[in-house]
Amino acid sequence: MTTQEQTVTTLRRSAPASKQRVVWERRLWKGLIITILVVGAVIMSLPFVWLVSSSFKPEEKIFVFPPEWIPNPFRPQNYVEALLYKPFGLYFFNTMRIVVLNLVAILLSASFCGYGFARIRFPGRDFWFGLVLATLMVPYFVLMVPQFIMFSRLGWVDTFLPLTMPFFFGGGAFNIFLFRQFFRSLPEELADAGRIDGCTEFGIYWRIMMPLCKPALATVAVFTFLAAWNDYIGPLLYLRSDYNFTVAIGLATFRGVMRTEWNLLMAASTAMILPVILLFFFAQRYFVDGLVLSGLKG
Amino acid sequence: MTSIHWYNRFTPRTLAGRRTLVGYIFISPFILGFLLWFMIPAGVALWLTVHDWNLISPPKYVGLKHFGTMAADDRFWQSLKVTTTYTLVSVPLGLVLGFLLALLLNTKVRGITVFRTVYYLPSIVPAVASAVLWAWIFNTEYGLANVGLRALGLPKIAWLQDPQWALPALIIVALWAFGSGMVIYLAGLQGIPDVFYEAADIDGAGRWAQLRHITIPLVSPVIFFNLIIGIIASFQVFTIARLVTNGGPQNATLVFVLYMYQNAFQNLKMGYAAALAWVLFVIVVVLTLFVFKFIGNRVHYEDAH
Repeated sequence: MTTQEQTVTTLRRSAPASKQRVVWERRLWKGLIITILVVGAVIMSLPFVWLVSSSFKPEEKIFVFPPEWIPNPFRPQNYVEALLYKPFGLYFFNTMRIVVLNLVAILLSASFCGYGFARIRFPGRDFWFGLVLATLMVPYFVLMVPQFIMFSRLGWVDTFLPLTMPFFFGGGAFNIFLFRQFFRSLPEELADAGRIDGCTEFGIYWRIMMPLCKPALATVAVFTFLAAWNDYIGPLLYLRSDYNFTVAIGLATFRGVMRTEWNLLMAASTAMILPVILLFFFAQRYFVDGLVLSGLKG
Repeated sequence: MTSIHWYNRFTPRTLAGRRTLVGYIFISPFILGFLLWFMIPAGVALWLTVHDWNLISPPKYVGLKHFGTMAADDRFWQSLKVTTTYTLVSVPLGLVLGFLLALLLNTKVRGITVFRTVYYLPSIVPAVASAVLWAWIFNTEYGLANVGLRALGLPKIAWLQDPQWALPALIIVALWAFGSGMVIYLAGLQGIPDVFYEAADIDGAGRWAQLRHITIPLVSPVIFFNLIIGIIASFQVFTIARLVTNGGPQNATLVFVLYMYQNAFQNLKMGYAAALAWVLFVIVVVLTLFVFKFIGNRVHYEDAH
């Protein structure tokens, strides 16, 4: 209390002088923050600059010290050579097939389950929702080996089935959780209005709630794309034939072949990162929404 | 006619009964998935743990042998050590870094969204692409990391060949992606009403006091969330370790799940790999409970139910 009183009296006594000091202090503080942010941002983006710069260099300019940041000669053919060396077009098509199947599976299945958990009251619901949260905590690797044995018994190895089929059953605990959180935030009056008009519970889900759910659908879609596009362990375990490879596996094997042709490797890596960055710029809002929805409204 | 009969017998007559039926229909995909992809594999995992099996010759019952093998397996202990070190360094560092940057990014400065983007982007880079990129950055002769060290007049480091430096290199790769946690903090910080700070200003509380008594308690649920997620994720680090160093040099980056992967899919020791998976499971559960018990009760929830 005494320090507070002191501050108040000092403020009163010399109002103009201290006001000026506060302004200066604030400016100094802001300048310091911006300096730290700029230095940090340079460090964070250097790997990207290095990546893109290397990807346009001819081979003999890769191994030069000190490195040249601006490639000279500028060699965009690296991209053509890298992406034709392995059938990356086919890999892209394969990945997109998995992405689309996962999108359909997850958006339908997870929203369906999420609706049940969020808006219907029935005995045992909390028990099952507890299981949803429990499976969320179980690392993928714990069940990796038995799942592999199961899928290989089913004859699913070297097909897309192990990478897509499981998602038709619930669509992943995390996504169920996300949809439940979202459905819970919608007003019950809407459902009541539907009931009065003779809508069944499925009709309420499909015709009233789903259209209102677009932000959640977009968020889940964005993260589904990211997960499928970035996934390495799944395709590594289940895809064997070259013609079934995804972009991630293609890049990993490309790395195995091209030990030191870093310019081509950087070109292929840039090509794999680019769609993710484009997605970020077009759907920025949903990236943040998803993280927030998952992290805060528990 | 018979089908209608059947329908009548199984359709609940009361409203509550019908609601229960509808509820279970809605969550049935999850229940099915839980049984198919979770309970069956868990059962298989239990069975595998007490068997020796290489997928080809018939499985042989061995009881708890695998756990005895583990106790005497140097590579098992090494993988535990590596993963623990990795977690103990990367999770707290990522947590602090993410929080501090979120504090800085929560100021109202022009162009702040550009900064947010720059800090966030590395966290969405595909792990495979990131692995290829960082393998080049850590190249001893021409990589960016050593170019930087040489510019500062420091001796170069054989990042990926020196057992002392390989794990720190992987931790640096992990820290590059600290932005996903940062975004969650940022959302938490923006959720704190301005009136709290205004009231504190009037009471004469300084920046430090405001941080300690307002900001940290109010975002503590987010810190806690990031801690749990961070621990679970770091015990599962795989792609980077496999593609950048593949466990080497001298097992210096042999993370736990990489060792498990090698046992299952390179040595075809399915039983041993399943036993390792149980160890991973127990570690993650125990750690999570530990964190809940000792840190969970310090978390401040605004409207405790």
